Amino acid sequence: MREFLASLSYNNWILPALLILPLVGVAAIYLVPAPRHAGAATLDDFAGHGTARWITLVTFVAEFVLSLGLWWSFESGSAGWQAVVDRGWISEWGARFTVGIDGISLFMVLLTTLIMPLSVLGGWTSIRTKVRGYYALLLVLTTGMIGVFVALDLLLFYVMWEVMLVPMYFIIGIWGGERRIYASLKFFIYTMVGSLLMLVAILYLWTATGSSTFNYDQILAAASLGDRGITVLGTFLPASLLLFGAFFLAFAVKVPMFPFHTWLPDAHVEAPTAGSVILAAIMLKMGTYGFLRFAMPLFPDAAMTPWVRTTILVLAVIGIVYGALVAMVQPDFKKLIAYSSVSHLGFVMLGIFALTVQSVQGSLMVMINHGISTGALFLLVGMVYERRHTRMIDSYGGIARVMPMFAVFLTVVSLSSIGLPGTNGFIGEFLVLIGSFPSSPYLTIIAATGVIFAAAYLLWAIQRILFNPLDNPENKRLPDLNRRELLIMGVLTVLIVWLGVYPAPVLRRMETSANKFVETVERGASVRPAPRAVSLEGR
Amino acid sequence: MLLQHAAAGAAHPLSGSTAELLWLLPVLPLLGFIVNGLLSLTPAYHAGPADPSASPGADHFQATGASHHEEGEHAEADHAPVRHRFASIVSIVGPLVLVLSFALAASIFATMLGAGEIHTPFIQRYFSWMPAGDLNIEWAYQLDQLSVVMVLIITGVGTLIHIFSIGYMREDPGYPRYFAYLNLFVSFMLVLVLGASYPVMFIGWEGVGLCSYLLIGFWFSAKANADAGKKAFIVNRIGDFGFLVAIFLMYANLGALDFAGVAERSVQLTAGGSLVTAICLFLFLGCTGKSAQIPLYTWLPDAMAGPTPVSALIHAATMVTAGVYLVARSSFLFSLAPVAGLTVALIGGMTALFAATIGLKQWDIKKVLAYSTVSQLGYMFIAVGVGAYVAGIFHLATHAFFKALLFLGSGSVIYVMHQAYHHTHKHDDAQDMRNMGGLRRFMPVTFVLMWIATLAIAGIPIFAGFFSKDEILGAAFARAHESTLADASLLGVPGSAVLYAVYAMGLIAALLTAIYMTRMMLYTFHGENRTGEAERSHLGEAPWVMTGPLVVLAILSAFGGWLNLPAFFTDVLPVGKTASLDHWLEPVVGESALRITHGSSAHLSASTEYLLVGVAVAVAVTGILIAFARLKPSLLGTRTPAQSRASETGIERILANKYYVDEAYDAAIVNPTVQISRKLLWRGVDVGLIDGLFVNGSAWLARGLGLAGSWAQSGQVGTYAWAIVVGVLAVLGAFTVG
Amino acid sequence: MINEALFFSAVLFTIGVVGVLTRRNAIIIFMCVELMLNAVNLTFVAFSKLYGAAGQIFVIFVMTVAAAEAAVGLAIIISIFRHRETVNLQNINLLKG
Repeated sequence: MREFLASLSYNNWILPALLILPLVGVAAIYLVPAPRHAGAATLDDFAGHGTARWITLVTFVAEFVLSLGLWWSFESGSAGWQAVVDRGWISEWGARFTVGIDGISLFMVLLTTLIMPLSVLGGWTSIRTKVRGYYALLLVLTTGMIGVFVALDLLLFYVMWEVMLVPMYFIIGIWGGERRIYASLKFFIYTMVGSLLMLVAILYLWTATGSSTFNYDQILAAASLGDRGITVLGTFLPASLLLFGAFFLAFAVKVPMFPFHTWLPDAHVEAPTAGSVILAAIMLKMGTYGFLRFAMPLFPDAAMTPWVRTTILVLAVIGIVYGALVAMVQPDFKKLIAYSSVSHLGFVMLGIFALTVQSVQGSLMVMINHGISTGALFLLVGMVYERRHTRMIDSYGGIARVMPMFAVFLTVVSLSSIGLPGTNGFIGEFLVLIGSFPSSPYLTIIAATGVIFAAAYLLWAIQRILFNPLDNPENKRLPDLNRRELLIMGVLTVLIVWLGVYPAPVLRRMETSANKFVETVERGASVRPAPRAVSLEGR
Repeated sequence: MLLQHAAAGAAHPLSGSTAELLWLLPVLPLLGFIVNGLLSLTPAYHAGPADPSASPGADHFQATGASHHEEGEHAEADHAPVRHRFASIVSIVGPLVLVLSFALAASIFATMLGAGEIHTPFIQRYFSWMPAGDLNIEWAYQLDQLSVVMVLIITGVGTLIHIFSIGYMREDPGYPRYFAYLNLFVSFMLVLVLGASYPVMFIGWEGVGLCSYLLIGFWFSAKANADAGKKAFIVNRIGDFGFLVAIFLMYANLGALDFAGVAERSVQLTAGGSLVTAICLFLFLGCTGKSAQIPLYTWLPDAMAGPTPVSALIHAATMVTAGVYLVARSSFLFSLAPVAGLTVALIGGMTALFAATIGLKQWDIKKVLAYSTVSQLGYMFIAVGVGAYVAGIFHLATHAFFKALLFLGSGSVIYVMHQAYHHTHKHDDAQDMRNMGGLRRFMPVTFVLMWIATLAIAGIPIFAGFFSKDEILGAAFARAHESTLADASLLGVPGSAVLYAVYAMGLIAALLTAIYMTRMMLYTFHGENRTGEAERSHLGEAPWVMTGPLVVLAILSAFGGWLNLPAFFTDVLPVGKTASLDHWLEPVVGESALRITHGSSAHLSASTEYLLVGVAVAVAVTGILIAFARLKPSLLGTRTPAQSRASETGIERILANKYYVDEAYDAAIVNPTVQISRKLLWRGVDVGLIDGLFVNGSAWLARGLGLAGSWAQSGQVGTYAWAIVVGVLAVLGAFTVG
Repeated sequence: MINEALFFSAVLFTIGVVGVLTRRNAIIIFMCVELMLNAVNLTFVAFSKLYGAAGQIFVIFVMTVAAAEAAVGLAIIISIFRHRETVNLQNINLLKG
């Protein structure tokens, strides 16, 4: 397979192709003439623009198939960038179009290309207004998201970061639920607050490194900021700490870390199905990806300052427990999943800042698993919402009797989200916890209680949806999943079991990069590796 | 050092034999799960064209189980029984995979018997499961004397229960789903006992919990059943949390997670040190969840909501004993931690006594057996706690026989009662013993078989339970005299005192066991029949597919003691080999057991031993006699269940309400958690503080500033002119003054 | 001489400012604006005696602009009156946000 890909010089064009293909799709959507139907004007061209979704689906499937080659072309043992493409862009500023992947971004790209076609299929019949615009925005969003994951130039990264923000703003604001305007504004402003500070930090880096470049590797090599800094009220604040703070805010909002998470429930609840899926499965990962790629390697000394690190670890653990507890009492299933995301992403942050190979690999696994499982949960909610038009848990009950396939999949996906061994969810959480334990045992033990609460909130929810008496007459005639929906869930279920039973291929591909990340940060912060043993007794 | 040879790479005596097919043991039931699971996703039967309203699958999950008696489901229960259209395929596939597994297990066992002395476990590595840095968890199975005993019990008893289920679940529309879950359970259970490392064991550990959840909530259309399943899972998760923390501690301090590696490195640990004690106590927290010990036992009685064969397989014979297996498997750790051992034994003793008292006043036949199971599990923990690992496993085995028999027998009774009610369209509780009585006339075979099990559990000599229970009590007594446990102290109390107390608790529990089991038999089979005239004509023996497995289990219950005959018995009656199980398990747990007893074999003097046996037998007989003397089922004839409940007072009422533990947990833990989450965390912190004060607060601040600004923009040119003039004058004034 | 002229123009200007600020009628405000312009003109003329003719040229400019402004301004006032039947400035607040 690898020889075949090499014969196509796959690595030389794949990443730009993944970025450009969706834009070609946008052009196609607007260039293909829409057949006029009687009444199309009033129903706002749903009938007329059914072609748009087909174009989008074909584009996404093509994108996914193309990106699959990365799985084979990727060399596990190599610590460097792969599939690099470097072209001039804004030469006056030293900004270049530099893209490439490593073991961290590989899976983020694959996750994106996997989730996008599924989310289009998931919202196949639910978008009935301004159809062309909707699918065009989804395509632009994809370019932005893949761009974020592959950019190796800080300005390019920033541009892509903003590119993906705008389409999501419109997707929530136009096709969302009742409080969509509030939710989309909240989402936008929350993100902007952080990302503008990040822009300032990027520009500072551009000047401070002196080489007038935005290139990631060069900035990383030159990023010794010395004793630059400012003194505020008699306290010296090193520049690296301030810059880390700026990046931290941008990414912490996106993750979202407690207490920057309140945009998430609103955005999730109001967004259309595809929007929720993409938000949860992909966009949240940009925050944690930002920590892995930028915030920590660039400013390791700031990130590893004891009080900073402790604060972040504590916030992560608070997020785990708090998210789970709040999820437990949500009456709205989408909100429940949103808060469960806060809990899961807490595991990711714990793993990243615990800074061991196991915990970082665990974090990456949680990122992938959360993408699959939470994406699947939102898809399932979308499916049942289309039939019943409510997300309130109490409106359901006993529907396993009328929708057995739905019940099977909701149960499997919930178990994966709970972290049952044998499903993907366990691998990530287990690695995070076992990796974090040596350095911060007490926080890890508190975090591990998250597995209890996770079982509590999800099982309670699925009991109230699937089980109990089927007493609401409106639920008695719900049709079970159709073939399109079975296809979506089938794909995700296979992944859930595969990653749970045999995750080794994935773990091996990410191991070198995780190692490199840990080494870079440790070297930069010149902290000693975490102690191997807990000093429960004076050994 | 148990495992030097494995590390040396010398060919294991079992390599190349049928033991190489180890992987097939869990895979066979897994295949059964896949086949039955796929069949279960097809609709129960064709909705004819005459019935356009029937949507596919709508009748699929109909709850018409045998023990189903909740209000509101009667309309369905009165339907003509529906056989799933693939029921015949399922009836073959479901039990067949178990039979094959058992046959394989038996042949592996035979190979092991023929291979002579095997000192090291036979470890098969399949693939790397979680490679991450220096952590490399392999999917590996381990075959040794301990795991093969467990495998035989699981597949053997499992096969019998599968066969029984063919009859019991015959008319359930969820028939394939039932067998799918049951197959999956066996598969996970085998992974649990075969796993060569703690994480692989944990797969099985949580997997069986999942199947338990699914099977308890099998008839999920009743809220009580779904609640019970959920409760079981969540309570087990609390235990699993302990298991996880123990794994973390082991990895952080020993750097290994496979049994061989941990055993090898455990010698580095300080005996009696806080680390090994912490590991053991966290492991034991896992056991209290899975094996229903104080304080996490509350899920098991509720788990009786599941079909009765499930209660027999999962909640009596196999899954709940996983905790005992875990302690025995980790004997190399527990033997280093006397405080942990004392804790285990004490909790076991307390649970044995506590659950037995509750069992005295239950009217639901399955609830009696459930509390009896909790109590018997307590005995097993006494055994493994005091380091009598063989006795624990021995009781695990005999308990699997007689408790499975009791549950299946009660299943037959419930089945017959339900059938009778079904014919007469009566909606009484088919599990309430007050509705039974005198069934021996109608079900003589079941009656005899159940009495065998009752005598076994009560500890009447020559029946299986006598030997295993006596060995446990004897071990506790002996260890109180001399062992590392006796030298240690638990919370300031000397270990020997704790162990004598444990022995006393075990003895009282034995008395209570005899009483409540006899009581159950009295109310069910003896005395006058209370079912009612119309129903009586429909009572009769259950079909042979159900009674057959009972006979096999009865033979095992009667003669299971031959597995490990004590010397004092064979000295008198040389009917079999002495202490065969002791010898068999010696390579696995022998070293650890010796460590606890200071290297001596810890046998009591013959006179003490005869005395202890005599006391135990006397207690059991006394219990049975008390029950016969004091209980008068005939008095029940005229009273309805509600009336008899109202008549309970004082201690009786407390026992009937299970010491109100569930209520206390709800009030102290469950409700506060939910209320704090809802009122404080969600409404308070999330909506109020973060969103209200900070997020929307800053939005309001911005809007307020804007409003103030827009108020100045009145649109009145005159106002603007005033502002200009005032401004000009102010500037001029400033310049003039400055 | 220059002092008297400047004082007179200051008085005229102040009368104009006060008129603009206190009156409501657009026509009167408009005339007050003219008054302020002419006060400035007077200042220009007075200073031209000291600093040369440039001031007088400014006066010509100002008068030209004032004439144009008067034409446009009065036209706007008339059109407002046609629409609203009033030239009271309090009622004319289209600029209000």
